[in-house]
Amino acid sequence: MANMSLKKVSIPEQEPCIRNKNFGEVSLGYTAQMAMEEATRCLNCRHKPCILGCPVNVKIPEFIQLVAAGDFVAAYNKITETNSLPAVCGRVCPQESQCEGKCVRAIKGESVGIGRLERFCADYVIEHGGASVVKPELNNHKVAVLGAGPSGLSCAGDMAKKGYDVTIYEAFHTTGGVLIYGIPEFRLPKSIVNIEVNKLVELGVKIKLNAVAGAAVSIDELFEEGYESIFIGTGAGLPSFMNIEGENLNGVYSANEFLTRINLMKAFLDDHDTPYKKHNVVAVVGGGNVAMDSARCAKRLGADTHIIYRRALEEMPARQEEVHHAMEEEIIFDTLVNPVRILGDDSGNVVGIECVKMVQGEPDASGRCRPVVVEGSNFVIDTDAVIMSIGTSPNPIITSNTPNLDTNKWGCIVADETGATSIPGVYAGGDAVTGAATVILAMGAGKIAADNMDKYIKEKNSK
Amino acid sequence: MYKILKKEELNSQVTLMEVQAPLIAKKCLAGQFIILRVNELGERIPLTVADYNRETGTVTIIFQKIGKTTSQLGMLNQGDCILDFVGPLGIATHVDGAKKIAVIGGGVGCAIAYPQAKAFHDAGADVTLIAGFRSKDIVILENEMKAASSSFHIVTDDGTYGDKGLVTNKLEELILAGEKFDEVIAIGPLVMMKFVCLLTKKYEIPTMVSMNPVMIDGTGMCGCCRLTVGGKVKFACVDGPDFDGHLVNFDEAIQRSSMYKNEERQAMDRLNHSCNLLKGAK
Repeated sequence: MANMSLKKVSIPEQEPCIRNKNFGEVSLGYTAQMAMEEATRCLNCRHKPCILGCPVNVKIPEFIQLVAAGDFVAAYNKITETNSLPAVCGRVCPQESQCEGKCVRAIKGESVGIGRLERFCADYVIEHGGASVVKPELNNHKVAVLGAGPSGLSCAGDMAKKGYDVTIYEAFHTTGGVLIYGIPEFRLPKSIVNIEVNKLVELGVKIKLNAVAGAAVSIDELFEEGYESIFIGTGAGLPSFMNIEGENLNGVYSANEFLTRINLMKAFLDDHDTPYKKHNVVAVVGGGNVAMDSARCAKRLGADTHIIYRRALEEMPARQEEVHHAMEEEIIFDTLVNPVRILGDDSGNVVGIECVKMVQGEPDASGRCRPVVVEGSNFVIDTDAVIMSIGTSPNPIITSNTPNLDTNKWGCIVADETGATSIPGVYAGGDAVTGAATVILAMGAGKIAADNMDKYIKEKNSK
Repeated sequence: MYKILKKEELNSQVTLMEVQAPLIAKKCLAGQFIILRVNELGERIPLTVADYNRETGTVTIIFQKIGKTTSQLGMLNQGDCILDFVGPLGIATHVDGAKKIAVIGGGVGCAIAYPQAKAFHDAGADVTLIAGFRSKDIVILENEMKAASSSFHIVTDDGTYGDKGLVTNKLEELILAGEKFDEVIAIGPLVMMKFVCLLTKKYEIPTMVSMNPVMIDGTGMCGCCRLTVGGKVKFACVDGPDFDGHLVNFDEAIQRSSMYKNEERQAMDRLNHSCNLLKGAK
């Protein structure tokens, strides 16, 4: 008999007033007993809508039944049949708009805590071992993956499992891409990312760091070196700014810069050399996950932190959980507010941000209410730092150095539904194709590309 | 790890290193840069490629020991390794062999001006090189710069070597003497580049400058190296580092370059302190 509780089994978390001063993980994860109890809330319904909501089609009811039965290792192995990074996805996927959004239990009450259960299984195996690592038989075909972020890792993992000799080229001095430089430690511990990457290395994936695709290695050279197919997962680098007055003052950061200083370079720690400037008040502009991450980092480093968002609270694109956690952590939400200029002192340092109030107008193309300026409502928030978190566009290095690789007007690589680009044998996925999106969508794209790279190589060699 | 094959002190403050980095050496061109990290706790800093050897697979960097990272780098010796060394980054200098150009280098900026002058010289351009230093004892690359130019001038602030004066004095003197430059390339401290550009604007000579702002990734990701060029925001790492000097907002660039002055000084103090402790222990 299924557990008919309308609410998810609650998950232990660090207290907000404690965690907003440290970088330890916010959510502490289920115990085995909690996981088994939550797993019994799954009805194991016949049409399994949750699987359709998952970009990598994890066999959700099957793994949840195994959790309910207490066979956590088998549950983990079931997840990894289709998902190479479960410890990551269980933590950062927007489940409410994916698997959990489709769950029949959500029609009345809360959905099954699929993300929490996925995380539990992954953490259980990290702690207790037992995952089945089947080292595939090598098929003696070489493929290259450009970028060691979510799409690249997912593609590399799948290609390695299919028996390919995979080499990843990564521009940074470490693997993980946005999982390392973007998503903070308190949401996704870096040790977890490293464990997931090490699993790929155990599968035989080779990793070349400090290798910038398009600069140190070109697509043509990789083909010359004998790679038969190439996946481009170079991400959405280039940060956008609002083009308002004062954006180049000292103390204005892109979210990418702010998060990279903290997450990748650990600039806030005294023994690390990358400089970090201490701020008293920080204003973050934007309403996505990256804005929440920036704000919550700033708060942890001791600043009174504002989120400035031009639409209404319920229209924020961030995961519900992030908004909820940010509010608990005493981040101030200034919604229906839009910056018009950033104010500086004589030495060029930020001293404030001038904003206008907005009201909700008629719905726009996105279906959300178009924010309309309230004339004469200008006011100033005193702040010594501004973090612009309003999106990114794809990294230009690979596209500007690969003339026959087609891009659209935003600079995104053009790829069809199989991941194929304008160059035969070259596939692409993740933010480099879609512009800024989520970890799991990038992983899904890497996975689809892997299937099609496999087909491409087999067809080519059978001719 | 990237091995240091050769180390040479060019003066008490400036060091040259040849680093084994075959992938970069195979590809890099004048005007491009690398990003390096000395050790696990280190920051990522950009340095312009001063020279390269495609056969031996080495890249030459020249740096002034001005902060903690460059001081730590300077403590490494031949045979030691640099942890991370990535490139070639940025857009290479557009080299046109048909031109008559003046290349201006200021101080350690000569380390960047030299490879650009050499590239133009090798392509057949008529290169006038003006190198400015504070004083005779910090002159670097004199023979190299001489060999990469058809006309070479040194000026020093204190007159201890070459003519006394600034690079702008020498440039204006040459212009007034009737030299007709198609282009000027100025590389050195921001203030020097600013004043060269003010001068060449007066004489309507197109001028390129090489910007060297604070960077983290160097691949267009962090936006920390942004500057205003012709009223538009540009990223030095992917749109530059060379820009039309007449369009660069130098005052803003100077302001941005001072962002971490205090933090850098504190880091340097901590380094000096720990070095003194080490010396004490010996």
